[in-house]
Parts: sequence; structure tokens; C-alpha cells
Amino acid sequence: MNGAHDLGGMHGLGPINPEPEREEPTFHAEWEKRALGLTLTAGWLGQWNIDISRFARERQHPVEYLSNSYYENWLTGLETLLVEHGVVSPEELKQAKAIDPTPEELTAKCAPASAVQGILSSGGPCDMATDDRQEFQIGDKIKVLQLNPTGHTRVPRYIRGHEGIITDYYGSFIFPDENAQGNKIGQHLYNVSFDGNQLWGDGNDTTIHVDLWQNYMELA
Amino acid sequence: MGHDHSHDHTDPPSDPALRVKALESLLVEKGLVDPAAIDEIIETYETKVGPRNGAKVVARAWTDPDFKSLLLSDANKAIHSMGYTGRQGEHMKVVENTDTRHNLVVCTLCSCYPWTVLGLPPVWYKSAPYRARAVSDPKGVLAEFGTTLPEGVKISVWDSTSEMRFLVLPQRPEGTEDWTAEELEELVTRNSMIGVEQAQTLEKLHAIKADKTP
Repeated sequence: MNGAHDLGGMHGLGPINPEPEREEPTFHAEWEKRALGLTLTAGWLGQWNIDISRFARERQHPVEYLSNSYYENWLTGLETLLVEHGVVSPEELKQAKAIDPTPEELTAKCAPASAVQGILSSGGPCDMATDDRQEFQIGDKIKVLQLNPTGHTRVPRYIRGHEGIITDYYGSFIFPDENAQGNKIGQHLYNVSFDGNQLWGDGNDTTIHVDLWQNYMELA
Repeated sequence: MGHDHSHDHTDPPSDPALRVKALESLLVEKGLVDPAAIDEIIETYETKVGPRNGAKVVARAWTDPDFKSLLLSDANKAIHSMGYTGRQGEHMKVVENTDTRHNLVVCTLCSCYPWTVLGLPPVWYKSAPYRARAVSDPKGVLAEFGTTLPEGVKISVWDSTSEMRFLVLPQRPEGTEDWTAEELEELVTRNSMIGVEQAQTLEKLHAIKADKTP
């Protein structure tokens, strides 16, 4: 979707103001720690995937998305996911109190502390085979399709309609646009380079590399 | 809870600390979340998984040509062989800074970042201004970090739009030919592995140390 999260090239957002590396804490408030932990542990209940959760954050109203702090966006996304997937009811969320019984198949997935290291260190690989033919080779000139899906996508606006060069082929990976709708399919994934002069105008002597799935492109 | 899409943005802001507390107590009461598991996650990213992992990878690449060549051709194999596996590091690609090329990593769409080697991302990496400008004005972004590149060095920006996670291999600072990998680790900052800075020079390291001496 053309949401506020798709920020590449946007103006007027002010300076970055980075904190010095040696002084920046991992978290800036106690609640941020719990928000991270809740997001991860609730994710392990297996009711949604990473693209569904990204979409829950990015379809907030742009004013909210941009005014919230990072972990506030995570928290809002988590509340949305829990309600939409029926894990908690709106009333339970409002009252912060359990009203309905929790199905056993869900409580069985509650990760104990002893499982955390194993889950974190095994992660969740995203490669997935496909029967589709690999359409592009390294060195091919491609054009990004002029896509404007209203659902989740990982093709940023600033490259749509532009030409680029395939610089790497990674294999086939879960296609996020479908994954966000609960359909797990594999699709070929490439790295594509774009000329800064073409994207941003003359005098931008940089190269921008973007990972793109095959469905986002055609041969130029 | 103030996140209905249709409201008019005049609701009083809800305190995220209270919202998180309420949500945690609800999920615990429903038997869905173990608070001790959350403690374990926090402890992991505060004390175990962070940029020191990445620094060890870089310092080893600076001192071990075989490892470096594996790191650049098959980053997964190289990094996983050092035990840095798992969440947000399942698929890795390492990009090397040279005399003519400087690399910078961003995620314009969210905040993708190689957790296994760098830990959790800093606030600025997740911020809107960084995500907006890293792709369109990388020189201006570098300048905000006090980084000026020598004449003739071109910039490559890597936008993390897939599950591939990027790590920059910075250039080894001059004057460190006799240093061991352990000593070199100290020069490898987190920011140099994102690409907003270069690895610490010896002068800068000495200045920081002098500054810290009471």
C-alpha cells in the first residue's frame, strides 16, 4: 500500500539527530522492553507471520504512523493483530481483563522462558522453493512495474516504473504480498541496482540497491 | 485505545507504558505469554546479542583472507560458523568498502536490520528522516554523522526490502598492520557496519580513551 511507512525520498522530516553510539542504551524506557518482548512472544503463538504484522503497523493512519515512536507502532500493530486474529476480544483489550476462555491449542503454544534461546537462535528462514521459471539473469536490464497494490508489498514507490540492473540472484523466497494475506508461496528474489541520477535527478552520483521479487519486474 | 482509523486525532494520547502493562497482564492472565520469557528476550538483546558479534566478524575478515573471501561469497556460512545464527540474521549478505566504494544500509519500508550481528537497531536507524534520506541523499546523511568520504569514492545504498540482511565490511584502518583480531575489534563500531561511519582511526580511538580517563 502507498502508506506513510514507504518513506524513501520523502522531504521535510528534519534532521536525523543520532545519539552518539557509545551513549545510546538498547532501550529508552522500561515499557519498550516489554513491548518488544510481547511482540515476539505473541508472534510465537503462530497466528500471523512477519508480513501480516508489518501490514498491521503500516496501515495505521499516516498521522499516527509518523507521530508514534517506533515501539508505539509495534504496540499498536500487536493490539490490532491480537484482535483481528481473535486471540483477544476488543472488550478484553479495553478492560485489560480476560473474559473469554483461551482455547487450549493457543495456551499450548505459550513459550516458556526455557524455550527462548532456542527460538531466537534458530530464527525463521524465509527461503521457499517455486516451480516458476527464473526469468532474469545477473546483468539483465529490468523495469519495475508500475504497481500500486492496496495491500502489503515490498516494492517501494521510489523505484516503480524505473529501470535497473539485476546484480544478484538469491534463490526463491516467500513472496510478501501473498504472505501478508496468509498465502505462503515461493518466488524468485533478486538484487537490483538503480542509478541515483535516474531516480533523483542529475548530480546524484550514487547507486541504490533494492531486493525485488520477480513479480515486481519485467525485462526492459 | 485511540487507534481507530476513523477518529479525528483529538483523543488524549494514551500512555504507551500503561497500554503495554495492561496488554501484558491480559496476555499473561489468558495464559498466552510467560513474563519470564520476555525477561529472557530482553536480557539476550541487552547483554548477549549486539554489535560486538559483528565486530568479531569484521576483525576476523581483516586478519584472515580465507574467512574474508567466504564472508563475501557466502556470508551465511561464514557468519553462522561463528555461532551467530537466528532471528533477523537467517539470510546475510556482506558488502565491502573499498578505496572507490562506500556502502550504506537502510530499510526504507520498516526497520530491517541484522540482529544476530548488530543487535537491535538504534533509534536513528528506525527514524523517518534516516529512512527517507538514506536512499535519496546519502551524502547528506553521512555528513550528519560527521563522515566525509575521500574524493572519488562512490556510494552504494542497500535498501533492505526483503529478508536479506546486510552488513558492511568497513576498511581496515591504516597503521594497524601488527594488530591482532582481538585488538582490531575495538575499532569496529556499530555505525561503521551500517555504513554511516568508517571504522575508528587510531587517532580517534586514542582521543576517546583520553577523554574517558578521569
